[in-house]
Amino acid sequence: MEALGLNMGFEETELRLGLPGNRVRSEGEGSRKRGFSETVDLKLNLSSKDTSEKVKSFQKEKHPLPRATDPPAKPPAKTQVVGWPPVRSFRKNMLGVVQKSSGEESDMAGGNNAAFVKVSMDGAPYLRKVDLRMYNTYKDLYDALGKMFSSFTIGNCGSQGMKDFMNESKLMDLLNGSDYVPTYEDKDGDWMLVGDVPWGMFVESCKRLRIVKGTEAIGLAPRAMEKCKNRR
Amino acid sequence: MESESKRKKESPNTAELAVTASFPDEVLEIVLSLLTSHRDRSSVSLVCKDWYRAERWSRTQVFIGNCYSVSPEILTRRFPNIRSVTLKGKPRFSDFNLVPPNWGADIHAWLVAFAAKYPFLEELRLKRMAVSDESLEFLASNFPNFKLLSLLSCDGFSTDGLAAIATHCKNLTELDIQENGIEDSSGSWLSCFPESFTSLEVLNFANLTSEVNTDALERLVSRCKSLKVLKVNKSISLEQLQRLLVRAPQLEELGTGSFLQDLTARPYADLESAFNNCKNIHTLSGLWEAVPLYLPALYNSCANLTFLNLSYTALQSGEFAKLVVHCPRLRRLWVLDTVEDKGLEAVGSNCPLLEELRVFPADPFDEEIIHGVTEEGFVAVSFGCRRLHYVLYFCRQMTNAAVATIVQNCPNFTHFRLCIMTPGLPDYLTNEPMDEAFGAVVKTCSKLQRLSVSGLLTDLTFEYIGKYAKNLETLSVAFAGRSDRGMQCVLEGCPKLRKLEIRDCPFGNEALLSGLEKYESMRSLWMSACNVTMNACRRLAKQMPRLNVEVMKEDGSDDSQADKVYIYRTVAGPRRDAPPSVLTL
Repeated sequence: MEALGLNMGFEETELRLGLPGNRVRSEGEGSRKRGFSETVDLKLNLSSKDTSEKVKSFQKEKHPLPRATDPPAKPPAKTQVVGWPPVRSFRKNMLGVVQKSSGEESDMAGGNNAAFVKVSMDGAPYLRKVDLRMYNTYKDLYDALGKMFSSFTIGNCGSQGMKDFMNESKLMDLLNGSDYVPTYEDKDGDWMLVGDVPWGMFVESCKRLRIVKGTEAIGLAPRAMEKCKNRR
Repeated sequence: MESESKRKKESPNTAELAVTASFPDEVLEIVLSLLTSHRDRSSVSLVCKDWYRAERWSRTQVFIGNCYSVSPEILTRRFPNIRSVTLKGKPRFSDFNLVPPNWGADIHAWLVAFAAKYPFLEELRLKRMAVSDESLEFLASNFPNFKLLSLLSCDGFSTDGLAAIATHCKNLTELDIQENGIEDSSGSWLSCFPESFTSLEVLNFANLTSEVNTDALERLVSRCKSLKVLKVNKSISLEQLQRLLVRAPQLEELGTGSFLQDLTARPYADLESAFNNCKNIHTLSGLWEAVPLYLPALYNSCANLTFLNLSYTALQSGEFAKLVVHCPRLRRLWVLDTVEDKGLEAVGSNCPLLEELRVFPADPFDEEIIHGVTEEGFVAVSFGCRRLHYVLYFCRQMTNAAVATIVQNCPNFTHFRLCIMTPGLPDYLTNEPMDEAFGAVVKTCSKLQRLSVSGLLTDLTFEYIGKYAKNLETLSVAFAGRSDRGMQCVLEGCPKLRKLEIRDCPFGNEALLSGLEKYESMRSLWMSACNVTMNACRRLAKQMPRLNVEVMKEDGSDDSQADKVYIYRTVAGPRRDAPPSVLTL
């Protein structure tokens, strides 16, 4: 506590790199431009709806990589820099090819580890199989499932408790309300509502998919909530 | 043709002079109408008044690299017979969000002038312009002969605007919508082409996302017998693609839709046979979400491919290598760096005719990703593809030695755009600056027109550029240099420099002001996040009235600093449509 108090006093006299008149930033990183983090969020326009990614980039701003290069062009950490690398915004947005799940470097190095799971839909005469590693977001999966079972539509899979997550990430924008709800069987053998956990975690734990009629899924929600609470 | 006429004019023989003196304008116009190059035409128009007149009457195509360098009034006054216009608007860095919104480059004023003076306008090609739905509707309704619309990196319109084009342009032959900031609300625009409409030759909607009515698309493709280019979007499935291919075996350029679908044996065979039946395909793109399983359907078609664009497909090295084996005639290749060095080695081994390579980063912003391509891939390509002259290469590491080897193998580079993605990164083996790499490029590649530099660079790089890059026209610099001297070397040394764009470099007023006269021979200069002050910009603006000096201010930054400066030559004077964040000095 005392240490904090001391620091507060010295802040104003601290030497920083940067143009005179720059607002002092609480992150303690002297930078040439004000409001970098705000500009990054706005201008980089990372359209991935995965909120965990945004959190990650914020954290990076607080701890930029140390650089041993000469002044004066102090090269900031990549995520801080607006418009760098010079990839057209359009191209960034269209590339839904990046797998953002944590700890997947080994997977990337190993190449294509397929994660085929069976998909059944109540009332459909046959099952299908999907490779979960071909997708990067829940939306991609829903789109693919929608095409596969094209005579059905996948229903709004949020029970009241799940709606917050759904709305935030806008996964349900394209889906019509209907009676079908995607569920999955996880490693423990429990049937869960699709969409609760981060995508990467889902891919790791999903053993099979089942698209059930809404009436049967209602009973699912409380159990799923309980399980998530236990996980956290 | 041109040189013949010129020689006649310069002959000292009086009899011949008499002939040229009565050389009828109409004949001169016919002769000049055969000139297509814009630069040739500019030269021709400078010869004498007669030639200026003849040239302006015979010109039908005009290319304007900076829409603010001239006004619609000046353009239409000089050239009365224009049928084809190409306009470029915003500075290139607007692609990377460095330009404030509402900056300008609105097409509408131009369209209004064209409606009055060029009612027979046929072609419009726009790059980085602001285009609204109203403008597209205006375009569709005011030009009965309109044939060709190409929009690249534009923004401000929605699919409603496209619907207007489809509905009203009865003579449309080309609709090419690429990489735009478009509000894609629905795919119904495609259904707006009337059933009587059959003239389409080029249709590219690959970068739109909404689903279109596939029946309407099938019917459109069936009745447009001259369709040569079809690039569909992600929403089109493999089965739908097969049906389209069957209806258009004459296609020369194909952009597929999604390549991900669970196909059983029979539809797969149909797809393969549909591809085999299209014997004229030389350009292939799309392949969204391609699953390696279905790529073999393409193999036979790849034999004649000259341009393969896989920049939206994350192929791994193995499956990519298998595909590239079938593409021996490839001249242009665009890929994602997911193919890695191994994939590029396969390119070097299989594509001896390759002239252009672009490697885009699949994941440019995540520092945890340690894959992608390195110097090895580039070197491998250079050994196998000696005709390489255009490269765009995003990588995470590079060495001076590698670049030296590359240009030794391929000395004919005209476009060398190397992006080492971490700013200010040195040669990772020697830890030295990358000066010698770019030195090697400019020393060896005498035909170099375009250069983008990256990595840790001192002023030495710019000394090299100024000394050796005598044909350089476009230079892009970021996070480089040590002092004003760097920029000065370039301004003093590169006689053909037209576009200079600089960001985050320690170049200041002295450098800026050392280029006073130079800027009038250039199209534009962009400097952002450098050390330039407002006063210096004001001085520049005062001394050079034929330049527009525009400063874009960032919120709350120091009043004396010029955060972003855009300077360009113009005959139209300062522009009147700048937003409040842009100050014209």
